[in-house]
Amino acid sequence: MILIQFLNALQFSMTLFLLAVGLTIIFGLMKIVNLAHGSLYMIGAYIGLSIFNYTESFWLALIFSPIFTALIGAFLYTFLFRHIQNADPMKQVLLTFGLIYIGLDSVRLLWGTMSHSISTPSILSNPVLLIDEPYPAYRLFVITVGLLVLFSLYVILEKTKIGAKVRASVDDPETAQLLQINTDKILFYTFALGCGLAGLAGITVAPILGVEPGMDMEVLVLTLIVVVVGGPGSLKGALIGSLLIGFVDSFGKVYIPQLAQIIIYAVMALTLLFKPDGLYKR
Amino acid sequence: MQMKTIIIKLCFIFVCTFSSTSIVYSKDVIKIGTLLPYSGVYTVLGEEITNAMILAFDEVNNSINGHIIEVIKGDTEVKPNIALQKARKLISSDKVDILVGPVSSSVALAIRDVVVQSKTPLIIPNAGANVLTGKKCSKFITRISFSNYQINAPMGTWLAEHGIKTAFLLAPDYAAGKEMMAAFKTTFEEAGGKILGEEYTPFRKTKDFAPYLARVKNSGADAVYVFYAGGEAINFIKQAYSFGLGKVMKITGAGWTTSPLFIPAQKEAAIGFIGSLNYVPSINTEENKTFIKAYKSKFGRSPSEFAVQGYDSGKVIIEAISSLFGSIKDKDKLAEAIRTISITGPRGPLTIDPKTNNVIQNIYIFEVVNGEQGPELKVLDTIEAVKAPGEGCNL
Repeated sequence: MILIQFLNALQFSMTLFLLAVGLTIIFGLMKIVNLAHGSLYMIGAYIGLSIFNYTESFWLALIFSPIFTALIGAFLYTFLFRHIQNADPMKQVLLTFGLIYIGLDSVRLLWGTMSHSISTPSILSNPVLLIDEPYPAYRLFVITVGLLVLFSLYVILEKTKIGAKVRASVDDPETAQLLQINTDKILFYTFALGCGLAGLAGITVAPILGVEPGMDMEVLVLTLIVVVVGGPGSLKGALIGSLLIGFVDSFGKVYIPQLAQIIIYAVMALTLLFKPDGLYKR
Repeated sequence: MQMKTIIIKLCFIFVCTFSSTSIVYSKDVIKIGTLLPYSGVYTVLGEEITNAMILAFDEVNNSINGHIIEVIKGDTEVKPNIALQKARKLISSDKVDILVGPVSSSVALAIRDVVVQSKTPLIIPNAGANVLTGKKCSKFITRISFSNYQINAPMGTWLAEHGIKTAFLLAPDYAAGKEMMAAFKTTFEEAGGKILGEEYTPFRKTKDFAPYLARVKNSGADAVYVFYAGGEAINFIKQAYSFGLGKVMKITGAGWTTSPLFIPAQKEAAIGFIGSLNYVPSINTEENKTFIKAYKSKFGRSPSEFAVQGYDSGKVIIEAISSLFGSIKDKDKLAEAIRTISITGPRGPLTIDPKTNNVIQNIYIFEVVNGEQGPELKVLDTIEAVKAPGEGCNL
């Protein structure tokens, strides 16, 4: 029972991580809170749905939907975000908030208002026995995807030159520019990557949670909480925040179900009370 | 030359205007206002109900005793305050004769007083809160859909009689979820069953049921009794299947959980579910077959129980107004005509309970089985003419 709950919590944390990491990088690099991040998650899921319906292959959807979402991210960056980088924060918030509505209505227009679902790929559709308890193989797959992304990001950011440039641009953009790092180019790629990861989160959870309009707002709130708790702009913060919120939420629902609605908000309030800059201040 | 053309044009316009006004004034228009969600989470339900109601009007060529039917749509957005504004607009500026709506009970309670004070007959095509035909009942409010009690109570008795001794309850944490579980609990315990535990999940915020599924499984109950709708229903059924819940206990509940609207997404995961509902597509009557065929050919998909409720609303309006020979100006008489109606619709015979204004109808107990075109609802039992107690109401 504990093992099952542990895996549930880990799976939820990994999905949150895929979302939070993109949001926090964009915030760290551009000082913009991209409220449309949840919309990219939703669009990722819908694009995956269409690829799945068309080709009947989950794997093609898994590969191509994050790529398309990243392309949408690149488009948004080139035509919108780049131009509001130094604008008044209120303008930035209004713009990204407007994108939420555009995203939601586009989805309704293109895919309708019904709830959809994607079948689990057949090799992952049977439960795996873990100490006599059946556990869905697909959830283990989601955990694996999350861990792989975590590991790759760690290697890229900590062990490569590009990673060093990204870190430098996040930590101190002005000095980085003085050192002739092309921060604009780095911004472009990281923005697209962050959006692609949101799309990846959308398509990986689609077989578990389904695809429907409104899924954007649910995760946006959760992702913002993770980022605030972890420390905005911090990659380690995004990981710690995801794990904390994921575990508190999953275990809270089992052991103190009466508080299921408010428990993560309580954790956020407590964190902000004692660590106003988040757990992992940059 | 130019003057001439202008005069000719003017004459033309006058002729057109007069002739068209004379057409309008020669016949009274019956205005039907809808208060349904056309945006927000329940959009599909609003569409299904409206589509099917219009289908019923089409069958009589949009006219009753020579009066043209005009439908004016009001979008509630599933928000009580917006719905109240729309209700006021439909009643005072559009001057509708009959209102049809809403889908959600919280919206129904918000518009209830305006409707009753203005004496505008309201036909409820979905909202199931028991109080609407209980303490808050009115002769101007007729519910032809269901009360939450009505759908769930028969299941308590039926399951207890069919070998289920213990049950675990799981539903969303809001009024309807609690009313449904309470109804089931009452009759299940009366029949000797025992509730081993109950859990209410955050309404519309629960997408991952994994934490709850582990609890349900560990309870060791013979059955889990649930109520979910929309995306929650799809997720619950799929996730319960992926955790193998159906192998250790029966999955049962209010029938919307495996509504024909959701089964295409749930697929084989829905098989084995036992539920109760006021309509299943497999009802073998002429009325039902004709309805399904007409709905499919017009809208390109199979109708759900929500569509049936919309269709029956339309039928009730047509029958009531015909019984008054088209005279609808006396609102008391119109309300009386609606509440004394009896029709046979796709779901079977319907009458209105004179004590509460809630529909009396058959409840179908079904199991989801593998059919020719994927999973389908197979009727196991029909509980005829089920009433709702309607406590606190005496019309």
